[in-house]
Amino acid sequence: MAAQAFTSARLRKGSAASGTGGKTAALFLVPFFAVFAIAMVAPVIYSIVLSFYAQQKSGLGFGEAKTAFVGFENYLQVLQSESFVSGIARLGLYCLIYIPTMVGGAVVFALLLDATVARARKLFQLLVFLPHAVPGVIAALIWAYLYTPGISPLVQVLQGGGMQINFLDAHMVLPAIVNIGVWEWTGYNVIILFTALQAVPREILEAARVDGAGEIRTALAIKFPLILPALSVIMLFTIIGTLQLFTEPSIIAKATPSITSTWVPNLWAYDAAFIRHNLNQAAAASIIIAGLAAILSLVVTRLSSRMNKS
Amino acid sequence: MSTNTLPAAPNKAPKPMAKIRAPRETTTARQGSFGSKLTVNGLLVLGSLYMVVPVLWLLFASTKNAADLYGTSAYALGNFALFENIAAVAAQDGGLFFRWMGNSVLYAGFGAVVGSLISVMAGYAFDKFQFRGKDSLFGFVLVGVLIPNTATVLPMYLLASVVGMTNTIWAILIPVLCNPFGVYLARVYASSYVPMETLEAARVDGAGPIRSFFSLGLPMMMPGYITIALFQFVGVWNNFMLPLVMLQDQQLLPVSVGISIWQGYAVPQPEFVPMVITGSLLSIIPLLLAFILLQRFWKSGLTAGAVK
Repeated sequence: MAAQAFTSARLRKGSAASGTGGKTAALFLVPFFAVFAIAMVAPVIYSIVLSFYAQQKSGLGFGEAKTAFVGFENYLQVLQSESFVSGIARLGLYCLIYIPTMVGGAVVFALLLDATVARARKLFQLLVFLPHAVPGVIAALIWAYLYTPGISPLVQVLQGGGMQINFLDAHMVLPAIVNIGVWEWTGYNVIILFTALQAVPREILEAARVDGAGEIRTALAIKFPLILPALSVIMLFTIIGTLQLFTEPSIIAKATPSITSTWVPNLWAYDAAFIRHNLNQAAAASIIIAGLAAILSLVVTRLSSRMNKS
Repeated sequence: MSTNTLPAAPNKAPKPMAKIRAPRETTTARQGSFGSKLTVNGLLVLGSLYMVVPVLWLLFASTKNAADLYGTSAYALGNFALFENIAAVAAQDGGLFFRWMGNSVLYAGFGAVVGSLISVMAGYAFDKFQFRGKDSLFGFVLVGVLIPNTATVLPMYLLASVVGMTNTIWAILIPVLCNPFGVYLARVYASSYVPMETLEAARVDGAGPIRSFFSLGLPMMMPGYITIALFQFVGVWNNFMLPLVMLQDQQLLPVSVGISIWQGYAVPQPEFVPMVITGSLLSIIPLLLAFILLQRFWKSGLTAGAVK
């Protein structure tokens, strides 16, 4: 796809306003679009092709399997599969808990950090960013141990306070995984929002102070609206990020049977490819996930550009 | 999908914060009661504790042997067994852990150095050259930014298995070169760091565009290059699904997948638990160092892109 657009866009010499030729632009762009074509475009096209075929065995299941064109059959099977649909629903629920918690937490922390009475801002920034330097696998491992009775100080403290919580049972495991995401990403977004807050012109805040607005009022009525553009970018990337959910549940799955092999769509696709060995179905599931991501990011970008205009 | 779908990036380039900030603090620092100071800073401390305590736990836990892990209070020191644990990690399977670390360094380092150069070149071209189809080509870059990594991992595996590239280092090294977000960031950096006049002057002096990129553009964009490389390094180091899917040979695994295999062993054999914990700690040290030493760069990267 990209390769075609690339040749048709043919970068003519002399079209440049500044006198720099299109041919040299091509020299600079070819390496990127070559890896882009190999690592993104070709795999997606091949998967789309694959998703329209299926391995079919003859009547009694003996003999060689044949590859046959089945149209949208794989897509129907994936979308009708109860485990896939409940995985989507679970992912939706995850988003509903995770996004407000993480984004809300980041906004509050950034506003606190920007408050005039805050001290040691540099240190706090470094500390909240710390979890982002911890890879997802390791973050999930740390929390898996922190959720495990017998080894976890957290469970021990709660038990001391008379609370018996099993973070790894079927009901708690979703919030437990939300917590891992919140831990990994809040600080990262605090830094982005704090930087946006620092760019708010001093005159505006000064004027608000002269008009008698208190610190909290200023934060909510003036600072918050001014960081909305940064917030909408954060929302976009958070939504794309949550669709990727794979690492944390697959690590936690080793600590508890509450997470099934098809717990979220990505796990479902992995299971289809490597456990059920149905590559055609795995391809269809991957395409559905990518399509979902594309639609969601389109909706979010549309909404946020409308919001920024108004 | 057009360029304005992502909020106007160029004017988000790093701004001289200190200048804006300094007067605001001096004029307003006096106000604020003791109570509000206590509340704000108290909440900041609480939030920071939530972020730091799990990492501290990892640090404490790695000093304990299996018996103490289950037997002593989490933040009390048992018998100090950190070095025994490290020795056990190093001895397991003939030093396989350090092989994994080496692989991670290779994959992440290659992606950071070469992949980022490819991104910087493309971003520079998008900012500095005029050519037909520029907007639609940049549209492809943005689509690449918006497609989740994990959505292309299985397709990549399916294609790689047709051409027989699974279970080779190329199955990792080629995908890590593709960093559309790096191109997006590089375009922002090119427009804010490299003035058109400088390139024009170089052209008048007879330097070709390739030479002026390597002798002028690239050096001027160096902070941006380092930022993109840092993010790519961290991204590849943290990648889990791609190597999990592509590689079967334990000798080729990066440390992220290797540790998760040990975690699997630790379920029936608890004596593996200290090794998982100590290995985890060792595997995050390079990243913690990189982030602390290169603070200036990741902060400017976050500001420039306002995204990951």
